[in-house]
Amino acid sequence: MKIIIPIKRVLDPYTQARVNKQTEQVDLTNAKMAMNPFCEIAVEEALTLKESGAATETIAVSIGTDKTVDTLRTALAMGVDRAIFIKTESELDLQPLHVGKILANIIKREEAELIIMGKQAVDNDNNQTGQILSGLLDYSLGTFISQFDLSSDASSVEVSREIDSGIETRKLNLPAIVTVDLRLNEPRYASLPNIMKARSKPLETIELDSLGIDTSPRIKVISVVESGTKDRASKQISSAEELFSELNQMGVL
Amino acid sequence: MSALILIELNGSEVNACSRAAITAASQLSDSIDALVLTNDASNSASVSKLAGINSVKMIVDDALENANVEVASKLIADAMSGYKYLVSGSSTYSKNILPRVGALLDVQPISDVCEIKSNNTFVRPLYAGNIMATVESSDDTIIMTVRATAFEHSGDGGSAEVEVLSSTIPESNSTFISLQESQSERPELTTAARIVSGGRGLGSKENFALIEQLADKLDAAVGASRAAVDAGFISNDYQVGQTGKVVAPQLYLAVGISGAIQHLAGMKDSQVIVVINNDPDAPMSRMADLVWQTDLFGALKELNEYQV
Repeated sequence: MKIIIPIKRVLDPYTQARVNKQTEQVDLTNAKMAMNPFCEIAVEEALTLKESGAATETIAVSIGTDKTVDTLRTALAMGVDRAIFIKTESELDLQPLHVGKILANIIKREEAELIIMGKQAVDNDNNQTGQILSGLLDYSLGTFISQFDLSSDASSVEVSREIDSGIETRKLNLPAIVTVDLRLNEPRYASLPNIMKARSKPLETIELDSLGIDTSPRIKVISVVESGTKDRASKQISSAEELFSELNQMGVL
Repeated sequence: MSALILIELNGSEVNACSRAAITAASQLSDSIDALVLTNDASNSASVSKLAGINSVKMIVDDALENANVEVASKLIADAMSGYKYLVSGSSTYSKNILPRVGALLDVQPISDVCEIKSNNTFVRPLYAGNIMATVESSDDTIIMTVRATAFEHSGDGGSAEVEVLSSTIPESNSTFISLQESQSERPELTTAARIVSGGRGLGSKENFALIEQLADKLDAAVGASRAAVDAGFISNDYQVGQTGKVVAPQLYLAVGISGAIQHLAGMKDSQVIVVINNDPDAPMSRMADLVWQTDLFGALKELNEYQV
């Protein structure tokens, strides 16, 4: 069984996003980039399945300009077998529907029956691509999963989903797409020997234009502003009595 | 230009985020219908009472008891014929289903709308809410989820007609096995007026009970940071933050939470923020209206014993 892991290169999650005041867009010039943390969890889960013998091959896929290769090399260094790089000539504002169509094309070509991906990317926070992909391919779908158990005959998976009311467990027949949540596993770090080895692993480049997919934006970002967290004029208190008295005055009790 | 609201039910009651969706849709359209997928026809009662709804469209089938996304997305896509907007509250229920509806209708959905600027222009958060983007959709049909904290919750007072749609329920490739539901007598986290939230500083599940005790004293909901959830102090559905729940109560009391950026994203719009922590440099303290810099166990003991 082949597993495809779509991954995304994003602004390092421990870095503050900045706005270019002129263009009114997020400024990623010289910003530190990293693999989306949810994608790392997806890679880890795929590698665990490969190591258990349940999967025959793990394939990471990403879309972007040449710099995206760094992110694919990270996945290869973690242990993924090979990578597919969908190359764009410039920085495109690809939206989940576009990404879904591109990935659907690759998944059909590879005839992959299991797709493991992050539940959201921490840049645009859309939380959509896995769901959209499942609709385009008519695959079964398990979102926000914190537990994943493949059946012994590899025909289905049992997943636990973190939903607002608690934990839901479902059985998905393959082919299936799962989107992973934070508590599924702890992703491994790439060791130095594996980083070296990753350089010689297969990485196939496909020009986005050759796929014939319409990527004209459906949503245009007109402007962005930093909202961030505003510091407040913190008042120091030192007792329960003082706290209750303040809260009473503020009328929030 | 009519709008369809996907209603989320908690048992037979309408979820608060669906009420926010009605308010949002009322800024886009003066003809709003509600769509309910349920296994129990009697659940239409609470929906038809909603103010601002023209009619209730209901699909009733046993297969809809525990929203099966493959089935639900197909039924919703079919029901969208003639509607310009599909609006739903931002919950795991809608986030699971709506993008798949988008795929079936070739529409790019818009997540977590916080403000409506015009009939196709919306404000939504990026980067854990550190950036707010104004976005314009060029799709003919607009599908969106809206933040429950960003719109008023529409009330009752209506008496909409209920129409049962005769839909063919498609075959599904997934089956529901179980739901491990968190039982709580306390107010619901996303709609509570007051929240007492605990972090890694509590140190253990046993100590976390002190947070629950204080919450009960204040008639507040219980929240938690990701660190507290990861450490197993409390279950995931109490998590506040970028990947948990977004809240904006009148009072947010944070105990032993250092304030990771992802947590702040989930509570920064709270009206009054109180921080109890022994670390004066914690990012959480800079956001606070009131800071009690002390050993949190001493403070919790004093608060729990204090006669109001």
